[in-house]
Amino acid sequence: MASETNRIDGEGLRAWLLAETPRSRAQSRLGQAYVRWLHFLRNPLAMVGLVIVLALVVVAALAPWLADQSPYAQDLARRLQAPSPAHWFGTDELGRDIYSRLVHGASITLMIVGLVVIIVGPVGLMVGTVAGYLGGWFDTVLMRVTDVFLAFPRLILALAFVAALGPGIENAIIAIAITAWPPYARIARAETLTIRNSDFISAIRLQGAGPLRIILGHVIPLCMSSLIIRITLDMAGIILTAAGLGFLGLGAQPPMPEWGAMISSGRKFLLDQWWVATIPGIAIFVVSLGFNLLGDGLRDVLDPKGK
Amino acid sequence: MSAVAAMIDVAMIVVDGLDVRFGEGAAAVHAVRDARFTVAPGEAFGIVGESGSGKSTVLRALTGLNPDWTGRVAIAGMAQVAHRPREFYKQVQMVFQDPYGSLHPRHTVDRILSEPIAIHGLDKADSRIERVLVDVGLGPDFRFRYPHQLSGGQRQRVAIARALVLEPRILLLDEPTSALDVSVQAEILNLLGRLRREHDLTYMLVTHNLAVVAHMCDRLAVMNQGRIVEEMTVAQLRAGAPREAYTRQLLRASIGYDRQAAEALKTFD
Amino acid sequence: MDRDKTLLSVEDLWVRFPGRTRTVEAVRGISFTVGREKLGIVGESGSGKSVTGRAILRLIQSPGEVAAKRLEFDGIDLARVDEATMRAIRGKRISMVMQDPKFSLNPVMTVGQQIAEAYLVHRKEPAAEARRKSLDMLAAVRIRNPERVYDLYPHEVSGGMGQRIMIAMMLIPDPDLMIADEPTSALDVTVQMQVLAILDDLVTKRGMGLIFISHDLNLVASFCDRVLIMYAGRIVETCRASALHEARHPYTRGLLQSLPRIDRPVGELQVLQRDPAWRDGPVMS
Repeated sequence: MASETNRIDGEGLRAWLLAETPRSRAQSRLGQAYVRWLHFLRNPLAMVGLVIVLALVVVAALAPWLADQSPYAQDLARRLQAPSPAHWFGTDELGRDIYSRLVHGASITLMIVGLVVIIVGPVGLMVGTVAGYLGGWFDTVLMRVTDVFLAFPRLILALAFVAALGPGIENAIIAIAITAWPPYARIARAETLTIRNSDFISAIRLQGAGPLRIILGHVIPLCMSSLIIRITLDMAGIILTAAGLGFLGLGAQPPMPEWGAMISSGRKFLLDQWWVATIPGIAIFVVSLGFNLLGDGLRDVLDPKGK
Repeated sequence: MSAVAAMIDVAMIVVDGLDVRFGEGAAAVHAVRDARFTVAPGEAFGIVGESGSGKSTVLRALTGLNPDWTGRVAIAGMAQVAHRPREFYKQVQMVFQDPYGSLHPRHTVDRILSEPIAIHGLDKADSRIERVLVDVGLGPDFRFRYPHQLSGGQRQRVAIARALVLEPRILLLDEPTSALDVSVQAEILNLLGRLRREHDLTYMLVTHNLAVVAHMCDRLAVMNQGRIVEEMTVAQLRAGAPREAYTRQLLRASIGYDRQAAEALKTFD
Repeated sequence: MDRDKTLLSVEDLWVRFPGRTRTVEAVRGISFTVGREKLGIVGESGSGKSVTGRAILRLIQSPGEVAAKRLEFDGIDLARVDEATMRAIRGKRISMVMQDPKFSLNPVMTVGQQIAEAYLVHRKEPAAEARRKSLDMLAAVRIRNPERVYDLYPHEVSGGMGQRIMIAMMLIPDPDLMIADEPTSALDVTVQMQVLAILDDLVTKRGMGLIFISHDLNLVASFCDRVLIMYAGRIVETCRASALHEARHPYTRGLLQSLPRIDRPVGELQVLQRDPAWRDGPVMS
């Protein structure tokens, strides 16, 4: 085996990953991921989406170094200046550098998206799979609760929650998460219903496995791909809802450089100083598009029905 | 002590007055009516019937997958109720018809075989998996592959390996070869025959294929419309002398096409 | 009616499916003829038997490619006619029955409507006439109560009846040739017998040609007139169906010996040892 470990260069690694007879759990799992990655590489639009999303992460991580000025530093003498070498995207109504605010805003967008996913994914998945697998009484109660949340338009419900909890970025995230999980529960339940009666579930039941093991180990892995796809496609909607709340003054509070709030404050000058509202608008558009393209690409790779 | 109670001591499987109904009211289906049979330890017992005869339903009632039955079922001397304890599955395992549907598509062979070991808290997982893979003729090369990298016959071997990991005494076989090519069917039937001899297993085979039952089993029951029409030995089947007209017709139709025989076909209710 | 007349002659038929890494050759240069007879094509999965049936009707989806020196049906070169002519031939003159009726019938139309539609596609006649013809056809495939079955939806009929309905639908335009791809594999043996009797009568009474694709050697031996045995995209042996059990090719012999038997016990079933030479060996007949 020594010669094998020595030869982990480009070609050797590739052969190791694509081996017909993997020698360990890790090798077979990595090999599987590598095959998916090769499949993903063949979709140029999905790659564009991935690059945009990765760029968002990099910008958020490197914001202090990428932005040459503080996002909060006001300079009333230089307010509403057009884009120039000193201020690449111009300045806003308080003379703050829009480029720096945009770069620092990336991490806020990322935080909103990340937190919503962390809350929504597991909740939707658990509610849907438990309702679908156990059925009966559990199913009825969980799905009626889901229906109640689904019955309201998302932004309106989020508005109501923020109004009750008080404005602020954290409450906006909670409100979005509360309104976003029901569709995932529905998808997970529908998938579970088709999986529940398959032979491989009967087989694991005949090994003596209980419902918890079956749901966690056997049902959820099969629901994951459609859920990941759906979440990625919904990411654009989450960003827009957050921006909408920010725009209405119910999300991020001044002076936070949240993109939606930036558009909101810039709309007063839209006709004369277009860049104040347009630049963050473009940023929202590009990031939403990125997530959408990524979601479409993931659907091709992950959806077993597509193959 | 009644005659049936005495049987429990010597029989591996005792089924007495088994009734299975699905649905309620007008839509109710009486899938199995008053089925009774016993299977001795080490015996291979077949149930033959056409679709809708209730043969698979009997099997599902035995496994506990379908809890809606009435009657008496005793396995390895233990009377069974609707809910089965975990220990039950160390005695009884099942192989399904469709090797493409019975393996989890996202689990490696290793994971599929480790799961029963983990559920029952058994030790020496590695050596158990290696041994059972060799036992079904696959060998260690297949351990970390996914089902989609295997052929139909190899998948069915994995399914058999999964059933054997717990070292059960009874194997329930639900049409184990009907989704396979004839040459692969021969391999799987040979494998099942060898495993039965080596591990002293009791088989219960459900199939529509009389030739497979004749090859695998010692005795068989013929089912039609939820009832066991007759029970006989394979020797009686081979002699071509079943008692019931339904069985004779089934036997004739299984041998091959014949224009006159097609004309004479009857419906049995 | 000329029993010996050749309906379809296939010469050097190839079907290729180009893939990313390599091209799969599903059918590799096969030649055969079909008259007004029951011709069986037997093989295991992947032998190319189903692809052959679909290639004759030009139902191979892109990127699959079909090439043949000759693919002649009743004086028409199927390999070269345009798609419109092909559409007129499909269904009307050559029809196809698939394995599972559930996937071949439209779930939102009654079976009667579907049979009548199959009739009207190729003929301009009043709807009442189509209904009458459809009822006749349902009776011809031995459905006991055609009036009642006419108004049923596909999910309301059993598998055996569904397959008989499919056959009725395929027969109503009175085709010269029928390609049946495992038409009875999903059916119980007694229902299978009834369906085969219907096909048998069509060949013997109407003089239709039948290509019967199956994996079941015993069935083909007892039902067909002639048999082609396919292996790895080629025909390895042709013989009279009644003489199938005396087949000479090691592959055919291997398949026959791997079957469990009702009439006598066999200790260990013979396992087929595949010989690479079979892939390109000569055709035995």
